[in-house]
Amino acid sequence: MLLSIRGLTKSFPGTRALDGVSFDLRAGEIHALLGENGAGKSTLIKCLTGVYERDAGEILLDGRPVAPQSTHDAQTLGIGTVYQEVNLLPNLSVAENLTFGRQPSRAGLVQTRKMRAQAEEMLSGYGLDHVNVAQSLGAYSVAVQQIVAIARAVALSGKVLILDEPTASLDSAETEMLFSVVRDLRERGLGIIFVSHFLDQVFSLTDRLTVLRNGQHIVTAETAEVSRLDLIHHMLGHELEEAEHRRHATKTAQQSVLTFDGTGRRGKIAPFDLTVSRGEVIGMAGLLGSGRTETADMLFGRTPPDSGKAHDDDGPVSLRNPREAIAAGFGYAPEDRKTDGIIGELSVRENIALALQARRGWWRPLPRAEQRELAERYIERLDIRTSGAEKPVGELSGGNQQKVVLARWLAMNPRFLILDEPTRGIDVGAHAEILRLIGEVVESGMSILLISSELDELVAASDRIIVVRDREHVAELVGEDIETDAIVRAIAASDAPAAAPAAEVAR
Amino acid sequence: MNTRALPLYATIAIFLVAYLICWIQFPAMLSTRVIGNLLTDNAYLGIVAVGMTVVIISGGIDLSVGSVIAFSGVFISVVLRDTSLHPLVVFPLLLAVTTLFGAAMGGLIHGLGMPPFIVTLAGMFLARGAAYMLTIDSVPIDHEFYDTLRRLYWLMPGKGRLTLLGIVMLLSVVVGMILAHRTRFGTSVFALGGGAHTARLMGVAVGRTTVLIYAFSGFMAGLAGIVFSIYTASGYPLATVGVELNAIAAVVIGGTLLTGGSGWVVGTLIGVLTMGLIQTYIVFDGSLSSWWTKIAIGALLLMFILLQKGLLALGRQQFAGTAQT
Ligand SMILES: Nc1ncnc2c1ncn2[C@@H]1O[C@H](COP(=O)(O)OP(=O)(O)OP(=O)(O)O)[C@@H](O)[C@H]1O
Ligand SMILES: [Mg+2]
Repeated sequence: MLLSIRGLTKSFPGTRALDGVSFDLRAGEIHALLGENGAGKSTLIKCLTGVYERDAGEILLDGRPVAPQSTHDAQTLGIGTVYQEVNLLPNLSVAENLTFGRQPSRAGLVQTRKMRAQAEEMLSGYGLDHVNVAQSLGAYSVAVQQIVAIARAVALSGKVLILDEPTASLDSAETEMLFSVVRDLRERGLGIIFVSHFLDQVFSLTDRLTVLRNGQHIVTAETAEVSRLDLIHHMLGHELEEAEHRRHATKTAQQSVLTFDGTGRRGKIAPFDLTVSRGEVIGMAGLLGSGRTETADMLFGRTPPDSGKAHDDDGPVSLRNPREAIAAGFGYAPEDRKTDGIIGELSVRENIALALQARRGWWRPLPRAEQRELAERYIERLDIRTSGAEKPVGELSGGNQQKVVLARWLAMNPRFLILDEPTRGIDVGAHAEILRLIGEVVESGMSILLISSELDELVAASDRIIVVRDREHVAELVGEDIETDAIVRAIAASDAPAAAPAAEVAR
Repeated sequence: MNTRALPLYATIAIFLVAYLICWIQFPAMLSTRVIGNLLTDNAYLGIVAVGMTVVIISGGIDLSVGSVIAFSGVFISVVLRDTSLHPLVVFPLLLAVTTLFGAAMGGLIHGLGMPPFIVTLAGMFLARGAAYMLTIDSVPIDHEFYDTLRRLYWLMPGKGRLTLLGIVMLLSVVVGMILAHRTRFGTSVFALGGGAHTARLMGVAVGRTTVLIYAFSGFMAGLAGIVFSIYTASGYPLATVGVELNAIAAVVIGGTLLTGGSGWVVGTLIGVLTMGLIQTYIVFDGSLSSWWTKIAIGALLLMFILLQKGLLALGRQQFAGTAQT
């Protein structure tokens, strides 16, 4: 056995995150580590790599007990890790990030040219040829940063590679590329721990899987011998209540609340018309980088449109910046919630009340009792795993932090809410719950623009679907047309079919 | 263009423009004499500022350096007065003391998880108090070796004198540049400034790096103390009050981000020279009160911070336009 963990226990004040967990990793296998948000996956990884000090238990690497005290120690032992929170430094160059701690040097001096060459070498095979390794990492998109983090961890992992939700901000082509790299490493005899909430990826990639629930080991099995339903049952401890498909209403007589005419911005997205009706879910499909997020950013005034205008029943609506958009009753839960979303030191209650409070103005504080009530409601509705509403959000698990951001925007009760990938990093149980919640809020009159890469999700939740390709709104599907095949066809249909996947990789 | 270096270019441009303005008004200012004096007069400041740059890049601050310089002067002058030790023995002794002092502060900052501001503030009082314990008077240094050191210079073309002090300062800058920008230690310093939590996850030995950073700053403060004692030929416990703030100003004018994570040692040299230039201008003018130096530096600081913000925003936009990914 390459790596054995025996009876690992770790408590935080108010929570027992791991309770006597055992886990085995063979050389040459890809082992999925699964569980709900807050099950203890990331904690297990951090105890294993010396970020947290464990309370009890032992770790054997190649049969010898090890006790890494820091990430540095773990790296020396041959354990490379991509943590859930992308663990790179935006102020260093790409090359420095990649080679950090092992920069080629002579007589104590880093050989910059050699370092850059090594970095380029490390990135080759990941389709990042356009990346300038001398540039600051922070200048690149989250997806690029994620791949750089992976490339770094791969290079550091002599024996064990740990990937904690590595695909959360990658598109399908990038994910495929990552998988081929990982399979390659398996051939070379590494042990790989893979954490993900995408069950399809688990089934296509991994050899064995281990499920945790509430900090306890539930099951370890060969992936091929577990059915999807059983797996979900292991994770949740109960059956999944599927969100029923929405009615795909074609109520033509619906009352429109917002109209955008010829809205666009040069270089970002071609001008488009969009009418938003009351209580409607508009799905938006397209590849990563096709212009989905650009559309959302523009509608919310983050990159204000340079053409067209918007109006509602009362007249024109100005969207020059997010403040105006919020004043106009817009809400936006952005894709990059890790950086744009939460304030780690503030409590769950304060984070949820934040947007609502901002709209009321700071001189009219929301009564504390009301905040509490609000927080309790969403903790219950979204199943946010926390020991209480006063816990700092930074101490929640990654998925639960995301739920807090969603709760914030839902609590604001805007008339038009933009959700960019609302279910990324969220477990199957909460996933269904969020879709159900979307159904509920639109009943009460809210309109939603739902951006998602998961077509099933779009099909289940949307009244109509807009397809975006090459920074243009190219198709709209309504009623009976809303099904995954039609979306795939609309996304793929292209003047130059071969160019599309290439463009995707280049992003 | 690499957007990372924009603030440095701005620093250099402003220095050149400022020099140009001085030169148009007083052509004599463009002479090796003025430049030589600029280097000598600001040698001690330049040296501490190099240490300060490294500290600030790491996201910290070292408020103790002004007191450490004063302590160094007093220590040297008292030891030379009361013992027969040669300065060449006293210097390493002093450097060991100040380096250990810095290392101890770094150890406290890391070990107790205390903010650098508090720890080095305590260090500032401690060092000043230690200087008072040695003497409360100004103690002249009367040693022939000191006279030799003071007389050492290289005559530049144009009769300007590049003194030993100026040379030590320039060497410090070079060493600082190599350390910060060309070694693994330097990368760790930048990493810490980018975020201690992330740096730890990337495998930075946070404790060791923190101790080394403040030890380096302590060493530089000791060296600056030696230089200052040669410059003034005395030790005085009330000397160099507030020099830590001048050093911080020079670092920021030099394009280093006060919040850490980004900066240039060579920029700090230019920051020091810019501040010295203003002083020289006021001397040349003759009618201006020396308080104008402070006002000009204040205005310059403000301008720099605004400029950096503006440039960074611009650079980011341009980058986003050309290399959107
Ligand atoms: N630094 C911390 N301080 C206090 N509690 C913590 C801390 N880190 C994690 N926890 C708690 O430990 C539990 C397990 O969290 P962990 O991050 O391991 O979950 P996870 O399985 O990775 O979930 P996710 O899928 O959402 O990432 C959670 O209840 C969380 O609130
Ligand atoms: Mg996690």
